[in-house]
Amino acid sequence: MLKIALAGNPNSGKTTLFNILTGSTAHVGNWPGVTVDKKEGVYKKLDEHIFIVDLPGIYSLSPYTPEEVITRNYILQEKPDCVINIVDATNLERNLYLTTQIMEIDVAMVVALNMMDEVKKSGAKIDGKALEKEIGVPVVEISALKGTGIDQLMKRAYQASKEKRKGSTVLNHCALSHLINDVRIALSAKQIDNPLFHAIKLVEMDELEVEAHKDLVNVVDEFKETFNDDVFGNDFEAVVADSRYKYISQNFSKVITKSKTTGEKMTKSDKIDKVLTHRIWGIPIFLIILFAIFHLTFSEDFLYLGAMGIIPFDFVSLQGTFYEGLFGLGSINSPGVILFNFVDMSSGGIIEAIVSAMDGTAKWAVGLVSDGILGGIFAILSFLPQILVLFLFFSILEDSGYMARIAFILDRIFRKFGLSGRAFMPMIMGFGCSIPAIINTRTLADEHERTATIRVIPFFSCGAKLPILTAIAGGIVMQFGVGNADVITYSMYLLGVIVAVLSVLLMRNTTMKGDVPPFIMELPPYHAPQFRNLMLHLWDKAKHFVKKAFTIILASTIIIWFVSHFSWDWKYLSDENINNSILGGIGQLLQPLFTPLGFGSQLKEFGWVFVVAAITGLTAKENVIATLGTLAATITSGFIANEALGGIDAVTHMISATGITIPALLAFIAFNMTTIPCFAAVATAKAELPSKKKFNYTVLFWLATSYIVSSMIYIIGTWWWTSFVFAAVIAVVVVWIMQKNKYRSCPYNIKKEK
Amino acid sequence: MLKSLEEFSIGEKGIIKSVSGEGRVRRRLFDMGVTPGAEVMLRKKAPLGDPIEVTIRGYELTLRKDEAALVTMEVK
Repeated sequence: MLKIALAGNPNSGKTTLFNILTGSTAHVGNWPGVTVDKKEGVYKKLDEHIFIVDLPGIYSLSPYTPEEVITRNYILQEKPDCVINIVDATNLERNLYLTTQIMEIDVAMVVALNMMDEVKKSGAKIDGKALEKEIGVPVVEISALKGTGIDQLMKRAYQASKEKRKGSTVLNHCALSHLINDVRIALSAKQIDNPLFHAIKLVEMDELEVEAHKDLVNVVDEFKETFNDDVFGNDFEAVVADSRYKYISQNFSKVITKSKTTGEKMTKSDKIDKVLTHRIWGIPIFLIILFAIFHLTFSEDFLYLGAMGIIPFDFVSLQGTFYEGLFGLGSINSPGVILFNFVDMSSGGIIEAIVSAMDGTAKWAVGLVSDGILGGIFAILSFLPQILVLFLFFSILEDSGYMARIAFILDRIFRKFGLSGRAFMPMIMGFGCSIPAIINTRTLADEHERTATIRVIPFFSCGAKLPILTAIAGGIVMQFGVGNADVITYSMYLLGVIVAVLSVLLMRNTTMKGDVPPFIMELPPYHAPQFRNLMLHLWDKAKHFVKKAFTIILASTIIIWFVSHFSWDWKYLSDENINNSILGGIGQLLQPLFTPLGFGSQLKEFGWVFVVAAITGLTAKENVIATLGTLAATITSGFIANEALGGIDAVTHMISATGITIPALLAFIAFNMTTIPCFAAVATAKAELPSKKKFNYTVLFWLATSYIVSSMIYIIGTWWWTSFVFAAVIAVVVVWIMQKNKYRSCPYNIKKEK
Repeated sequence: MLKSLEEFSIGEKGIIKSVSGEGRVRRRLFDMGVTPGAEVMLRKKAPLGDPIEVTIRGYELTLRKDEAALVTMEVK
C-alpha cells in the first residue's frame, strides 16, 4: 500500500484533514520506542488504497522537542511515498519555513494550502500556481474545514508518489551554498541517503547531525574560520535560518496580495483575547472557567440551586423511577453526575438480572460472576461518562486556542517553581487521566521540566481516583456524621496540587537544578471548536477506556476474587473465612508497614482490607473501591453493595468492621492519590522518561512521597500538636534550600551585559 | 535607535537587528521567525507583566522578558 505522511505546523488544520481523509478507518497507535500517539488510517477514494500517517505538528525539523525528532526520523527513515505538507495560508511566512526544510529531503511532496476560504474572506489573495512555480512542488488549495479541494489534493499526491523527487533547497544563493554543496558531495560519496538535508543540518551544527557525521565536522569548522558575515559573524545557524526567511519574504511576497485592511482592523479573535487575557480579569476568568468545568462534571448540586434553597429538599420524589439520576436530595445533578447515574442504574439492573438468571448454580460461580466480574467491570464503566465529560471540556479549551492563553497567563507563576507555563497543560489534563497527560509532556522542550512534570502528574488526582475520594468522603460523613463530602473531596484535590507544587520545588532545587526552561510559543487565533473533531477525540478516549476495563482491570478483579476466596492450599473458602485466604495472608504480612499511615496494625483483624485495596489500585485505581466493595461483601455477611451509592456503603461497612479513624481514612485517600499510579500510566511514564535510571527514581519517588504525605496526615490528624514539629522541619528545609540557592542568577542576564 | 525587545512598551513597533543568546533558545527563536529583518510589534503583556505577546510575521508569538532581552530592535 502507498504510504502518505501529513506534516505541518501545529494549528495548521492537520488533524481536521486527517479526519476527513481517513474517516472511520483511523486508529491511534504508538511510535516505536516512545509512547507518542501515532494516528494512522486508510484513504479509500482512489483506485488504490492509501495508508495515511498523521505526524506530530512541528515548526521546524531541528531537534528542539521530541515531536520534531519523531517527524524528522519518520520522513528520513520510514521513507513515506509522499509527504503532504499542510500550510496555513493565513500564516504563510512561518508555515513555509518548515516547507523549505522538508523540500530538502529526497521525498515526493505536495503542499496543501489550507484555510484558503479564510484568506479569501479577509480580502487577501494567494496565487497557488505562482507558489507552485516558485518552489517546484505541486501546490493544491484546500479548505479542510469545508472539505474543498481534498480530491484534487489526493490526486496530485498520488501522482507525485509515483515519481522520484530529489531534494531541493532555497539556500542556493546564500553565502553558505558552496560549503553546503561540498558537504553534500562528501555525504553522497559515503552513500548516505538524503545528502542535501543532512549537509544543511550539519552546516547548521545540528546536534543530531554532528553526532552522526563527526568526520565531516572539521570541514564545516575550517570554513567557519575563513567566514565572516557582517551581521552574523560566523554563526551558520543564524545565516541558514535568516536565508530561509529572507527567501520566503522576498520571493513569496509576489504570491500574496494583501487586503488593505489586514493588520489594522480588530478581528473577532482579538476582541475575545482582549477579555480573556485582560490585565485584571484574565486570572479570575480563568479560575471561573476551571471551576465551572469541574462543577459541571462532578457536582451533585448544579449551580448550587439546592444550597441556595431555590429547590426545596423534597422537590422531587423520583426515587425508583427512571429519572432518579437527574436529582440529588433537594438539588439537581450536574450533567456529568446525571450521565454517571444513568449508566450506573442500568448496570445495576443487568447484574440483578444475571444473578437471578443464575439461580440454582453453584454458590461460588454466582459470587464470581456478580462480585468478581460484573461488579468490578461496571464499577469502572459507570465512571466513563464523567471522564468523557471532563475530556470534552479540555478538548474544547485546547481546540479553541484558550489553552495556549492559560499558559501565557500562568507562566509567571509556574516560573517560580522552575517550570514554564506550558507545564500547566499536562498537569491540568492529569485531572482527567494521567496517560494522555504524561504523553502531552512531550511538548515541553526541557528534559528536566519534562521529568519533573511527569513525576507530579499523578498527584493531580485523575478521574479513576475520584470514586476513592467520593466513596470515602461519603463514608466519613455517613458513619461519623461530620463534615461535608464535597468539602472533603475538594480539599483532597487541593492537597494533591500542594504536594505536586512542593515536589517540583524540591526537585528543581536539589536533584534537578538547572535554568528555567524557555517559553517561546505560538498563540493561535481563537476559533470555535469543531464538533466532528471533538467527537472523534472522545470516541478514541472511550475506546481506550473500555478496552482497559475489559483487559487489565477485568483480569485483576477476577484474580482478586480468586485469591480472596481460595486458601494457600487452593481450597474454596466461604465468605466468613476470608482471613485464611491468599489475599488475606499477603495483606496481613504487609499490614504492619502501614501502621504509621493509620491503616496498619492498629486495625487488627480486618485491617488488611485497606492494604489489599491499595495494592489492587496499582493495576488500576478504579479497583480500590471495587476491591473494598468485594471485601465488604465477603467479610460482612448479608452486605449487598448498592450500586447507586458508588461504594459509600462499602466504606461505611468497612469503617464499622475495622474501627478505622477519620485521619486514617484521609491518609488512605492521600496514599492512593500520591502513590504509584495505575500500571498503564506507569508504562507510559517509562516510555516518556529519558532514561531507565530516571524511571526507577520516579517509582521510588512516588512510593516515598505517598508514604510520607499519608503518615503526616494520620499523625497530625491524630495528635494535632505534632503539626508544630512538621512545620518546624519543613521550615528548616525551606530555609536551607533558599540559602543554598541565594546566588543562583538568571542565565540570560550574564549574556545581556556582554 | 537601538533597544532590546524587553524594553518595548505596548503598541511599539520595530525591526529586529540581531538575536543573541545561544543553543536551543536561540535556535527556537529562529525557527519561530525571530530573525533579523523581521518586523515586530509588542501586543500585550500577560496579567502578571511577563511573558509578553508580540505580532511577528503575521502571527502571535509569546515569549518571556528574559528571552526578549536577547533580541535587539531597531525602533522605527
